Amino acid sequence: MNLQGKRVTLHDMSLRDGMHPQRHQLTPAQMVEVATALDAAGVPLIEVTHGDGLGGASVNYGFPAASDEEYLRAVVPKMSTAKISALLIPGIGTVDHLRMARDCGVETIRVATHCTEADVSEQHISLGAKMEMDTVGFLMMAHMIPPEALLEQAELMQGYGANCLYITDSAGYMLPDDVTARVGLLREKLDADVEVGFHGHHNMHMGIANSLAAIEAGAARIDGSVAGMGAGAGNTPLEAFVAVLHRMGVETGVDMWKLMDVAEEIVYPLMTHKVRVDRDSLTLGYAGVYSSFLLHAKRAAEKYGLKSTDILVELGRMKTVGGQEDMIEDVALDMKKAGAAE
Amino acid sequence: MTTKVKAAIIGSGNIGTDLLYKALRSEIIEPVWMVGIDPQSEGLRRAKELGLKTTAEGVEGMEPHIAEDKVQIAWDATSAYVHESNNAALKKYGVKMVDLTPAAIGPFCVPPVNLREMVGRSEQNVNMVTCGGQATIPMVAAVSRVQPVEYGEIIATVSSKSAGPGTRKNIDEFTRTTAKGVEVVGGAKRGKAIIIINPAEPPLIMRDTIHCLTEAPPKQNEIIESARQMIAEVQKYVPGYKLKNGPVFDGNRVSFFMEVEGLGDFLPKYAGNLDIMTAAGLRTAELIAEEIQRAEAA
Repeated sequence: MNLQGKRVTLHDMSLRDGMHPQRHQLTPAQMVEVATALDAAGVPLIEVTHGDGLGGASVNYGFPAASDEEYLRAVVPKMSTAKISALLIPGIGTVDHLRMARDCGVETIRVATHCTEADVSEQHISLGAKMEMDTVGFLMMAHMIPPEALLEQAELMQGYGANCLYITDSAGYMLPDDVTARVGLLREKLDADVEVGFHGHHNMHMGIANSLAAIEAGAARIDGSVAGMGAGAGNTPLEAFVAVLHRMGVETGVDMWKLMDVAEEIVYPLMTHKVRVDRDSLTLGYAGVYSSFLLHAKRAAEKYGLKSTDILVELGRMKTVGGQEDMIEDVALDMKKAGAAE
Repeated sequence: MTTKVKAAIIGSGNIGTDLLYKALRSEIIEPVWMVGIDPQSEGLRRAKELGLKTTAEGVEGMEPHIAEDKVQIAWDATSAYVHESNNAALKKYGVKMVDLTPAAIGPFCVPPVNLREMVGRSEQNVNMVTCGGQATIPMVAAVSRVQPVEYGEIIATVSSKSAGPGTRKNIDEFTRTTAKGVEVVGGAKRGKAIIIINPAEPPLIMRDTIHCLTEAPPKQNEIIESARQMIAEVQKYVPGYKLKNGPVFDGNRVSFFMEVEGLGDFLPKYAGNLDIMTAAGLRTAELIAEEIQRAEAA
């Protein structure tokens, strides 16, 4: 693979996707510490929100240690060159949250929908574009539909005003060829000034390989997470990815040595859950299940005396989508009933 | 024997059509007009076949006939954007509005919770909250009538095929209006609503999860009994309203996992979200019709 001379924008997920393994309990002070260090290491974009995006605070997804607004007001003013992004999932967050985020100084808004439901994002994407934000459409669970169907959805978001479209492998299910086909088609068909991005999960250890495939197929933005801190087995581990990119001659603008220090000295010590490819996160990837279900399934398994992998496989069989965390306890109760009946 | 109260259905889409089939079975209401904006509309064609007068000119097309045809009640199954002007137009003729859009101009009505309170108030416009609200607010109320609910949260999951363009274009209206309904009608001090659209095939039946956080530890037996009674009330007009799991008691959390299967009048059975809306809209209109009949008899 020859990526010599390519440029890519890296986007750190540790303070948003990383909220999942931390049960949304990172404090504003911890966020400031991590974000300032990432900024100093030259990471250009850092996402800060509840794991389920703006407005995610809930029984369903977990109540965070502080509000989105408190996190953003703490982090944004501390940045020297890095920009802060926020995630918004229509159906959970609203345009009111988007306006609040803009007011806090958020530059990039990423509007996320299930890969077949792009038309719920019209209000939010068009407002982001109207407020002259860097407006990103984020198509989740993108492994579930073929590239041509994904393109149709991406074109809807482009039509609403998104200037960047993401292929989001929320389940960590994709293999490099899946990424190549999707990124390649979007890059070929979307407007030339619209960027394509890729967001991976490391559930089958494919985060780096998939992200390389994405760059080769034309992606200009790649998500990763320092120390890999993200849902499931985490996101593409950013410091390792930067090391690989630098060996391959890809420009990132990131200081690899400093980034390694952020992982080693700040992020690893604060992690309360071991983010790794264990049998549960591997099951997510193999069965194509939304990565943030992980800890919810572990808790339900413990509470109802079940095996978490069984719950995850069932959720995959039911074709659950992102946000359906409420189905986890429901499925566990069904399985317990079925077990008692045997 | 009193004559049936005449009614119009504004909006000839899926909701309007399903409502038409239900209204034709009513013993107290007679649907006489179906109002659309598209001459090619399948809903208008069906309405015509079933003997209704139709117009594709919007409410304006019906206005000259309101008095003559004695239209006294109208359901609005269009969108929040046009409801305001529809309401203003019909108000002039004294037509009572049952608003199935999330416009929420009038007070919220969730029949098993507050329909009786509506009696005697002669509201000109009542709002049916949202489909997710109709499916979940009764359960929040089932808890809040036992003890104070600090926070109520609902998650409504509907199949892609049952989420129409109106809902999709303005999904924020759904979350805002439902959350407000959880507070105002459900009785929770703070409300939150989440909607998920799932494209699985075959389409999934509407699912709703309701979480209440009670101020004091939940009075389990009373809540179980209150919920049982509430579900029986909803089942009177939506027989497929079922408690699938729960209530789960976990500290101060009380959770219900519901499934809502529709009657399958016009919409498929999985679209319980739309069915509960049309069924609740009809029930509310029937109460208004009774009031009209009483006033006319007096």
